[in-house]
Amino acid sequence: MVQSLGFLKETPSQTAGPYVHIGCTPNFSGITGVYEADLGISMVNDQTFGERVTLRGRIFDGTGTPLRDALVEIWQADAKGLYNSPSEMRGTADANFSGWGRCPTDMETGEYIFETIKPGRVPYKDGRLMAPHVTLWIVARGINIGLQTRLYFADEEAANAEDPVLQRIEHRNRVPTLLARKDGSTYHFDIHLQGEKETVFFDI
Amino acid sequence: MSNRKPETGAFFQRDRQWHPPAYTPDYKTSVVRSPQRALLSLDSTLSEITGPVFGHSLLGELDDDLIHNFAKPGESAIGQRIIVHGRVVDERGVGVASALLEFWQANAGGRYRHKREGYLAPLDPNFGGCGRTITDEDGYYRFRTVKPGAYPWPNGVNDWRPAHIHFSVFGHGFAQRLITQMYFEGDPMIWQCPIVKSIPDKAAIEQLIAALDRQNTIPMDARAYKFDIVLRGRRSTLFENRLEGN
Ligand SMILES: [Fe+3]
Repeated sequence: MVQSLGFLKETPSQTAGPYVHIGCTPNFSGITGVYEADLGISMVNDQTFGERVTLRGRIFDGTGTPLRDALVEIWQADAKGLYNSPSEMRGTADANFSGWGRCPTDMETGEYIFETIKPGRVPYKDGRLMAPHVTLWIVARGINIGLQTRLYFADEEAANAEDPVLQRIEHRNRVPTLLARKDGSTYHFDIHLQGEKETVFFDI
Repeated sequence: MSNRKPETGAFFQRDRQWHPPAYTPDYKTSVVRSPQRALLSLDSTLSEITGPVFGHSLLGELDDDLIHNFAKPGESAIGQRIIVHGRVVDERGVGVASALLEFWQANAGGRYRHKREGYLAPLDPNFGGCGRTITDEDGYYRFRTVKPGAYPWPNGVNDWRPAHIHFSVFGHGFAQRLITQMYFEGDPMIWQCPIVKSIPDKAAIEQLIAALDRQNTIPMDARAYKFDIVLRGRRSTLFENRLEGN
């Protein structure tokens, strides 16, 4: 026998189910008067530094039907590439930018929308810069463990070409599944859970 | 926040055999909502090592009291009064301070307050079904609620969910983000549920079953259930190769 390493097992995930909005966005689900506002509905204010952008899209299941009961969370750096987190050791992030947002998909159209800013570049572990990106986390009924992916900006061609994470994608025809299409100040980013256009999801 | 120095290490690899797989055909909705291709596995980057951390100032006085946070003044939710308490730790057993926990549940009759809910059990006018709290310096939390009822759901012809409370958990890194469900000790319906059975390992399922805690039961008031939560652990950064600016 040797000494036990003593590590615990992570609590197993369970689906968020059809009523995730009761817990995470109660005001959206019609339960008012408990919390003043739903958490994560606003990421920016008038003072936030950086280029204002809107991120929007839908999440499609394997039949091509948009999910109308999903919850999307995003996490991103500020305009200078700093995270608003206690674990950020490289400097102090913009106090007027939360970096984190939460949005239920519309109950009719299935669309999610975030009003945010374009993030700066953040270094990879070896010091190379990653391209500007937003981390997404998706939960819904029928999703047993939250799905993690990244949104990159299609107009950042040079940065995307040298991004160490995008470079790790073996099947190059799947890279465009992570690129948000620019249309004015709006970036469109649809997510496909299955099929020809299945989005690259991460275990990271 | 705790006085401990914030940690910056990469997270332990997630044990995907311990979690439910994406595709679990007995839970029918998963069939068209499960990615079919392999996930892209990478060591954590700063984007996953960091995460939002919430302050206690976020919380309202009744956020952790589901018996009263939706009730009319002087009234309270109907049902068996319970305290749910426990500790949030990481895989190393280190307490996670300032973890935000959000929970939601059906009322004592098994009915959710939601537009899409169709179960014939009655709504409780004094029960909303949502609550939240933030762990203390050592990772401990507690909240008060009523025990939720079991309810039927359209999957098989006659499938029922065991009594459960949904939990959403934030640690300190976005890679620790977790949603799960808590079940109650002694409920035979746990072992008949297709959602529970999406988890392949019996020991993993048992990790979701809160124990009846007679020591913390409040006499003449509320029974207690203890539910500990484990988030992903981190490596120490002490010997990691880190280039300037990282
Ligand atoms: Fe439920």
